[in-house]
Amino acid sequence: MTSDDFPHSGAAIVADAVRRRYAGGFEAVAGISFSVPRGELFALLGTNGAGKTSTVELLEGLARPDGGRVRVLGHDPYRERAAVRPRVGVMLQEGGFPSDLTVTETLRMWAGCTSGARPPAEVLDLVGLGARAQVRVKQLSGGERRRLDLALALLGRPEILFLDEPTTGLDAEGRRETWRLVRELREAGTTVLLTTHYLEEAEALADRLAIMHQGRIVTSGTIADVTAERPARIRFELPAGVPAARLPLTLRAAADGRRVDIRTHTLQESLHTLLSWARESGVDLIGLDARSASLEEAFLDIAKTHMETEKVAA
Amino acid sequence: MTGTTTAGRLNALGRAEMTLLARNRTTVFMVLLMPVLLIFVMKSTLQEVGLEDSGLTVAGASLSGGIGMVLLQVVYMNLVAAYVARREELVLKRLRTGEVSDREILVGTALPAVLLALVQCALIVAVGTLAFDLSAPRRPELLVLGLLLGGVLLTALAAVTSALTRTVQTAQLTTLPLFLVSLLGSGLFVPLDLLPDLAASLCELLPVTGVMTLVRAGWLGGVPGHDVLGATLTALAWTVLAVFAGQRWFRWDPRR
Repeated sequence: MTSDDFPHSGAAIVADAVRRRYAGGFEAVAGISFSVPRGELFALLGTNGAGKTSTVELLEGLARPDGGRVRVLGHDPYRERAAVRPRVGVMLQEGGFPSDLTVTETLRMWAGCTSGARPPAEVLDLVGLGARAQVRVKQLSGGERRRLDLALALLGRPEILFLDEPTTGLDAEGRRETWRLVRELREAGTTVLLTTHYLEEAEALADRLAIMHQGRIVTSGTIADVTAERPARIRFELPAGVPAARLPLTLRAAADGRRVDIRTHTLQESLHTLLSWARESGVDLIGLDARSASLEEAFLDIAKTHMETEKVAA
Repeated sequence: MTGTTTAGRLNALGRAEMTLLARNRTTVFMVLLMPVLLIFVMKSTLQEVGLEDSGLTVAGASLSGGIGMVLLQVVYMNLVAAYVARREELVLKRLRTGEVSDREILVGTALPAVLLALVQCALIVAVGTLAFDLSAPRRPELLVLGLLLGGVLLTALAAVTSALTRTVQTAQLTTLPLFLVSLLGSGLFVPLDLLPDLAASLCELLPVTGVMTLVRAGWLGGVPGHDVLGATLTALAWTVLAVFAGQRWFRWDPRR
């Protein structure tokens, strides 16, 4: 295919100023751009309704973008479906299987439609459903259905794996298992695009991520990039009779009654100041907790900032 | 890497759909018993009506009508329910993320029902010929043409009707108009020759009439050449129209 005129033509997935509008005018995806190099695990994060699924459906070729361009392995996934599909595996947020087929029958049907399909038993073992092979789909639990869905996505040994909220509805153990499997696939060279609203999932798996809010990407990069701009946080409680006003001014502490919250870009320096002061004044810092910026902090911060700007704009 | 072929994909979809069909008791009843029952009902009704004017025997009219009944029930009504069920279970959406094309999904889902209907039609012809003293098909090529066009036409009409159907339950309602109109107006129950001239000519334009005329002409004979041509053209026109409408308006995502 001739995609020389297109930026990042070597990337596995490219979205360039992509838009998606629904009937009624609601713009779910409002012009987003990113690219995922081969072999990378890229996570799209966001609250419900941020536009993650709408975006992934465009990348999967289920819908045509209303603006911008999408390329998957150098092809337009919507118009060149036949070229793209044999090389990608898809797990929808809500997949469907005929409820009266057994797990094995479902896999056999799917295998007949998949190039280079693995044997059903092999892929069932991969996702840990081997013991449920002869069970009808309608008797599976929600988590087992998610794992069957994953099994179908893996059936053709895809080069790119699209996983839309793969662990929603799984228990803690199932989630760990899925993470382990996704990591193994990534290590074997599979490119993975994952959406999730579990921040720890992105933290555990993603090489890079983008946080979406109201159809736009508000920040992206590695976890270190995304959290770097965010302040670290120190929290503690002052004993009764010690007013927050006695704290060193350089700490710029915010106090709520006896509870104190300090945000700082120089965690070590601030801690030193705080602890020296505490020792000199003989003050006990109750429940002292200090932590570098986490994805969760970054995420909440972004959501809050954007909601405030919207309020101002409105 | 071994690629997949259209035939392989259709086979995989068709096998799964056949399994589902066999596991659904309502469908099994509708598909296997209803046509037989209705043939008996038609037979007793036709004995009352008196067919002298139509040149048909009671057995000929009811058994050829039975073929129409099989096409309507096994292909049309059964497939509307199947398309709606797969759509609402999100099976169609899931399938569309894979290598199968949209057309293959529609055809693969329809294959078992259409094949089953053709087998039943063959059985009806065999029973009629061996047990009811009807002739063997006089012009088999017309019979086959009628059955094939009928299979394609009713599959496409099922796809169109499914777009207008919200749930599997309402499929029983949304399939009624075509079922009743065909039953009364396309010569399933009452041969068109027995209707007043104007009504008969209007009824010749109904979707299933052309197919039925071809089936009767092919099996029992006695249909003049220009009527056969007219029936072929009507059936073809409806088939093209229905296939176009089916591709244009079919709904892949649940109606919510």
